[in-house]
Amino acid sequence: MADLRNNFIGIKSPNPFWLASAPPTDKAYNVERAFKAGWGGVVWKTLGEEGPPVVNVNGPRYGAIWGADRRLLGLNNIELITDRQLQVNLQEMKAVKMRWPDRALIASIMVPCEEDSWKAILPLVEETNADGIELNFGCPHGMSERGMGAAVGQVPEYVEMVVRWCKQYSRMPVITKLTPNITDVRKPARAAKNGGTDAVSLINTINSITSVNLDTFSPEPSIDGKGSHGGYCGPAVKPIALSMVSEIARDPETFGLPISGIGGITTWRDAAEFLALGAGNVQVCTAVMTYGFKIVEEMISGLSNWMDEKGHLTLDDFAGRAVRNVSDWQYLNLNYVTKARINQDLCISCGRCHIACEDTSHQAIMKEKDGKRHFEVMDDECVGCNLCVDVCPVENCITMEALPPGSIDERTGRVVTGQYANWTTHPNNPMAKATAPAE
Amino acid sequence: MGVGALQDGIAAGRLSADQYAENFSDLHPPLNHHEAIVEADRCYFCFDAPCLNACPTSIDIPMFIREIVTDNPLGAAETIFEQNILGGMCARVCPTEQLCEEACVREAAEGKPVKIGQLQRYATDVAMKADAQFFVRGAETGKTVAVVGAGPAGLACAHRLSMHGHKVKIFDARPKAGGLNEYGIASYKTVDGFAQAEVDYVTAIGGIEIEHSKILGEQFSLADLERDYDAVFLGIGLGGVNALRAEGETADGVDNAVDFIAELRQSSDVGKLPIGRRVVVIGGGMTAIDAAVQAKLLGADEVTMVYRRGKDQMNASTFEQDLAASKGVTIRHWMAPVRVLTSNGKVTGIELEHTALVDGKLTGIGDKMTIAADQVFKAIGQTLATDGEGLSLAGGKIEVDDEGKTSMAKVWAGGDCATGGDDLTVTAVAEGRDAAESINRMLMNI
Repeated sequence: MADLRNNFIGIKSPNPFWLASAPPTDKAYNVERAFKAGWGGVVWKTLGEEGPPVVNVNGPRYGAIWGADRRLLGLNNIELITDRQLQVNLQEMKAVKMRWPDRALIASIMVPCEEDSWKAILPLVEETNADGIELNFGCPHGMSERGMGAAVGQVPEYVEMVVRWCKQYSRMPVITKLTPNITDVRKPARAAKNGGTDAVSLINTINSITSVNLDTFSPEPSIDGKGSHGGYCGPAVKPIALSMVSEIARDPETFGLPISGIGGITTWRDAAEFLALGAGNVQVCTAVMTYGFKIVEEMISGLSNWMDEKGHLTLDDFAGRAVRNVSDWQYLNLNYVTKARINQDLCISCGRCHIACEDTSHQAIMKEKDGKRHFEVMDDECVGCNLCVDVCPVENCITMEALPPGSIDERTGRVVTGQYANWTTHPNNPMAKATAPAE
Repeated sequence: MGVGALQDGIAAGRLSADQYAENFSDLHPPLNHHEAIVEADRCYFCFDAPCLNACPTSIDIPMFIREIVTDNPLGAAETIFEQNILGGMCARVCPTEQLCEEACVREAAEGKPVKIGQLQRYATDVAMKADAQFFVRGAETGKTVAVVGAGPAGLACAHRLSMHGHKVKIFDARPKAGGLNEYGIASYKTVDGFAQAEVDYVTAIGGIEIEHSKILGEQFSLADLERDYDAVFLGIGLGGVNALRAEGETADGVDNAVDFIAELRQSSDVGKLPIGRRVVVIGGGMTAIDAAVQAKLLGADEVTMVYRRGKDQMNASTFEQDLAASKGVTIRHWMAPVRVLTSNGKVTGIELEHTALVDGKLTGIGDKMTIAADQVFKAIGQTLATDGEGLSLAGGKIEVDDEGKTSMAKVWAGGDCATGGDDLTVTAVAEGRDAAESINRMLMNI
């Protein structure tokens, strides 16, 4: 049986599944239920500085989009950091850590961008015996208007400065949580590294309005007829998160910097993908807010079974294995030629592949054969784009198959060479570095 | 249990009032909003959808389902009514498992088609409840058309003619319009006076007048209509009933299934309807099933359907056969009636002979048996009630071409009385509608 134990920047947990700083980790009650359910760690919901707690709206905090069968695909929120007294949170954190020594407990912190503020809160947190701190430079709503959260994360210089203070005034490992609401996520990651961070975590939520109420013309979630952009999360953001994680994982300047992966992780498979793309562990929120803490059983079982099947004994065995395969477009092999293949035994004849290809792509899928309804790819038109695979409702009914070297691509009439050649050497590229023909 | 529960012979009040109410409630209760959205979500919006092609009225099914799922039920209803103005009744009585739902790709995918009929009912119910009318009467053309029969074919024809601006007069033999929708369908398929509500909904377009209790060949002739109107459409159905041609057929307790079904539909208190303790229904079609199931629902102790051929040859759909079985009806195949057994002029049973196909021909094989019965319903097919009044007939029906034209220049026909098509409500609607288009082309010289 695979060993799922996780060691993230020296913080040990029985598995790589942590709960992200969010409503599910706001108090001891929830956190202990999560630990009982099997979660490896939690990042406690963000603490603010001492004083009157923040105030939340008293109307709806969440908005959503749904897929088929009203499955929640994307969730946004306008909730702020914890609205409980700092001391109450600290006491509960200390008690929980004492009761659950084998689980990771991280304190998320967001205080004003002033040295004294950080200097004041760090010893208080340290006293709880938390395993580390996460700097919330990500929340895009509310607190950012007050110069915190994403307002810090969007300015690499601030990121570096605050990380430096934290490393200076605390012995605790520092995880810097990044906002995706920025053009190039590598910049704040580099800044965090320069400031001495032990790790980064990403992504925080994305600026979003989930919908507009067409009766009142208010954005949702609506507070007395008005709406404010919230932070978007859930399965819909996973591709964005994976891309950002991969950018940091493969950036020469941040290469090797530990990453805690966050963003739409819902199943063991999502988690495995983040780990393969360079994350050292993962944080989950929306999935538990949708289904409850119990899903971690599926995540543990699924990851473990997949690792057993693939022969990975520990998480390190496949950690970062996909990073080397993330490439710039210009280096993709232009001599790799694929054609779609429709498995006629699995095909249910819905025709969606045909109409997608016919109306919007390359007119490469026939709709009838011998006078009968029949969907088949025409190799002389198929560019191998994969759209038919993506719109087919039956998994694995349509697959992409690479043409073997020596065969002829009926669309171009050219022999498939089997030799790698990319845009940098393509004759159509005015900037081509060599003359070896591609395609 | 009612007072007449175990009474021999033909008696009323076999069940309690609650049991009657439950037995004759909606067979498929309507989907609520949530159920409709969940079900509509399952539609794949297929290209050149097989369901659409399987629908005799060619309703754009993927489009109306997409309209339901996007919270636009009125748009969905309009999409349905554009093709089938009796979409509400068809949603209730269509053998969808042989039509759209059989063709649904999810039937191929996982054996569970999208519940198209139920969704159609959802959308049409919303629109009819809101009395949303989607069609307006065309500008008056000054042309008049006589429609005989206010059943599905006649109503569909009349509605489409009115859309084109023609003035329509419908003559119907019965006191109420609706044809088989009102008189010929099992009560649990269309409850709460839906058939009349639908007649009102269809005729609300205006320009359609209905004369009740006017029988072709009695109060008026086809020649009268040809003389007085610019065109005639016959949607008169099959008003005659085939005889058993067996000894004892005239005994007390031998009845036509169609009359039994009509009586049930018109009854305001089914508890007062007498039914045999032991009932035998002869036939293998929808009418036989409707009679057998309702006999059981009225409290008959034993109900046996007897069909002279096998299960696969039955006109009743598999769904209907299963429904009958689930209600406790026994279906006996390969048996033909020999004679009705009587005592003092009353039915006591029926003698049957086992049958088989011998050299491709249905033949009695000599082996006989009897089933005790207090009541026997005949459901062995219906016939045209007119001699045709000069129209060419084929196979006992009015001969028509693809557009519904008969052998007479100004006369069209459609529905069960005409050749072609299955004898289904939905087919009748399609034929009535298409005949109206053909009539319009003739009248307007298009």
